[in-house]
Amino acid sequence: MATTIGEEKVTVFGEEEAKQLVNGLRVAYDSGRTRSYSWRVAQLKNVVRMCDDSEKEVVEALYKDLAKPELEGTLYELGMIKNACKVALKELKNWIRPEKAKTSLTTFPSSAEIVSEPFGIVLIISAWNYPFLLSIDPVIGAIAAGNAVVLKPSELAPASSSLLAKLFSQYLDTSAIKVVEGAVPETSALLEQKWDKIMYTGNGRVGRIVMAAAAKHLTPVIMELGGKCPAVVDSDINLEVAMRRLIAGKWGCNNGQACISPDYILTTKDYAPKLVDALKTELERFYGKNQLESKDLSRIVNSNHFARLSKLLDDEKVSGKIVYGGEKDEEKLRIAPTILLDVPRDSLIMSEEIFGPLLPILMLNNIDESFDVINSGTKPLAAYIFTNNKKLKEKFVMSVSAGGIVVNDTTIHLAVHTVPFGGVGESGMGSYHGKFSFDAFSHKKAVLYRSFIGDAALRYPPYTGFKLRMMKALMGGSFLAILRALFRGSKP
Amino acid sequence: MKMERVDKELAELRHTFRSGKTRSLAWRETQLKALLDLVHDHQETLFDALHHDLGKHPVESFRDEIGVVKKSATHSLAHLKNWMKPRTFSQFPPAFAGSKAVGRIVLAAAAQHLTPVTLELGGKCPAIVDLTSISSRYDTQIVAKRIVGGKWGPCSGQACIGVDYLLVEEKHAQFLIDLLKKYIRRFYGEHPKESNSICRIVNRRNFERVQRLLKDPAVSASIVAGGFIDEERQFIDPTILLNPPLDSELMTEEIFGPLLPVITLNDIGESIEFINSGPKPLTIYPFTKDEKLKKMIVSETSSGGVTFNDTMVQFLCDSMPFGGVGESGLGRYHGKYSFDTFSHEKAVMERGFYPELEPRYPPWNSFKLKFIQLAYNFDYFGLGLLLMGLKKH
Repeated sequence: MATTIGEEKVTVFGEEEAKQLVNGLRVAYDSGRTRSYSWRVAQLKNVVRMCDDSEKEVVEALYKDLAKPELEGTLYELGMIKNACKVALKELKNWIRPEKAKTSLTTFPSSAEIVSEPFGIVLIISAWNYPFLLSIDPVIGAIAAGNAVVLKPSELAPASSSLLAKLFSQYLDTSAIKVVEGAVPETSALLEQKWDKIMYTGNGRVGRIVMAAAAKHLTPVIMELGGKCPAVVDSDINLEVAMRRLIAGKWGCNNGQACISPDYILTTKDYAPKLVDALKTELERFYGKNQLESKDLSRIVNSNHFARLSKLLDDEKVSGKIVYGGEKDEEKLRIAPTILLDVPRDSLIMSEEIFGPLLPILMLNNIDESFDVINSGTKPLAAYIFTNNKKLKEKFVMSVSAGGIVVNDTTIHLAVHTVPFGGVGESGMGSYHGKFSFDAFSHKKAVLYRSFIGDAALRYPPYTGFKLRMMKALMGGSFLAILRALFRGSKP
Repeated sequence: MKMERVDKELAELRHTFRSGKTRSLAWRETQLKALLDLVHDHQETLFDALHHDLGKHPVESFRDEIGVVKKSATHSLAHLKNWMKPRTFSQFPPAFAGSKAVGRIVLAAAAQHLTPVTLELGGKCPAIVDLTSISSRYDTQIVAKRIVGGKWGPCSGQACIGVDYLLVEEKHAQFLIDLLKKYIRRFYGEHPKESNSICRIVNRRNFERVQRLLKDPAVSASIVAGGFIDEERQFIDPTILLNPPLDSELMTEEIFGPLLPVITLNDIGESIEFINSGPKPLTIYPFTKDEKLKKMIVSETSSGGVTFNDTMVQFLCDSMPFGGVGESGLGRYHGKYSFDTFSHEKAVMERGFYPELEPRYPPWNSFKLKFIQLAYNFDYFGLGLLLMGLKKH
């Protein structure tokens, strides 16, 4: 695995290493170890212990990679992870239990059940913005379902990636749960192998590459991608509360670098000035006067993304539209919360997912125009609306297609484990969280038990008119038809 | 020219979908009823077409195709309102039934557009026959009937859930084969080619493919029943083979034809290892009364589904998901699973503006951190103490 070039030792993870890794995991999986209830429980308990013991180190790694505020790291990453474990530990017995299924007259007498079995060996490719949450949350689902797992954390959050590798090797069963660190070459080597399920969190471009690689092996995939999550703000609402919730979902989530952050706002021309004022007031209340340096805001992850975001601001179509913020510090990779008002729909900032602290506001003549704007783009991971208008709310829920919808708040559906979290269209496929995680990593096997009593001759050849009539009657489920067919007998 | 037409039709479909027309309960019910009318009004035409394409008898056609469609549409009509209830719905992913090779192509094409896919593929569906636990005359007859019915009954072996091959203990092999031969004669007569109750091979290409499986001399030497081939009518007799070589094409590829290999084992428990040495099949058909063996099969093998002591009938069970795993497919359908497969389950969450929790927002401090930690743990008592200033943070 290591080669020497000159005086340096270079570690290489290529095709050979990936093949060996997968073979080793298959042996571990085939031994049946990961399928036992006690193994799954032990691993999940170890994850909880791992989070409790390493809080300080995790916070430090997140600070190194993203300058993430301690509270965000502790709550939105570790807190959510521990909760996911607790739910799984509490419910696992129920989830594992086969589900009884009804049977009908057509297969009488019989009994049926749906058995959840693990897929086998699973590959989880994670993202850089919530490097612990988006790595461990899926791993929890995979373990709960009884699979062997390989986690490939994002190389764009290197301190987190290496901490994950260290912690996994210390706390979890390394024969069945592994971490492979690396970038494109390592990921490609992994993707060449046959996995039983792959989960990818990231962007659509790489998502396509992952899915195409999976297609070669007919491997099912879960894709957690992104999109432009719109926030529609109606009038006649509690604007102060709405703006606070919007800020918490935008800048409060890794400074806008989150797949479910509200990307842009849609509101009416009339309401916009009030909205902007409220936003400014609350932003200052949260982050003070010198927002570029605020300790309560993450920085931009790296210079590539910094350049990308700067370009969006430099676009001549929006240069006159900045009404708040706009300060940048290239050396410290910081951009202050920035609001742009009345941006044109064909500007750069409206053509791709922002994933940063810039918030464009589109002004409409009336709020109903929001639907056209939203539906003219690709389906987002989440869509938000702030309104007290029942009709508008219902129309929004029914006609906006998105992974998830929140009315009068942002992002919190992430914390509700009873609803599935996932995208649709360009924002992804499949979902997880809570029992949905267990289901995502399980094959639901249909098992039908038949007895020898009651064998119907009319199933078998030679086929006759009588058999046809009886079969029609039985499958139609009408007793009258059955009687009629019996009565008529084999008369043609 | 053809591509342009496809693009045009797709554009029209998208336009129609966008208009919202397909979303109403009324539209869906109308279409389902229309499907029922179609199948009812043109039943004879459908029977004729199936007979023309495959030599399929109307009873088989009704039992396996038309009757199933009717049942499915009726079931959906009965439950549609319920299924539509809290759920919202918004896309149509492609579903594909067919071979592994084509499945990969379809999935690769879908990957370009991040389109979710349901693939109903196939595999070698084994029947495990445990004649130690099943010994009565009546029961063994049922086993034989159901196997013959499950092999040649559906399209003469050309069905994804048809029995592909048998596993039986060496000491029972001859008994089983004799019993199978008896029922083949009873169902299809002395000259199955003349029976109207068995299909022929669908086309020249597949006929030659199945014929080729028998060309290997070691394979043809293992034929113990049937083997008759009518080139002109693309008909192959129900054929049983005893222990053909395991590395022959017959035993490594899905047969999808009227050839039934019987593989003998020393002990029926070995069937689990045998099945696990190959790719995951769509269904496994164990015939056994041994409860321990049943449990082992369910927990130690992986397949789309398992049907004990019968063949094929799981297809009729609307309450069970029908689909593969691994090489036998992705996704599932039938009954409500069909509805769910073609639906996006959208999570919708609603909040009021009150009550509003200050500790959610920055600027952060240790009080807010403690508050949220307690809230996450549902520690209401602790929260109370914190708010009263009685808890340190």
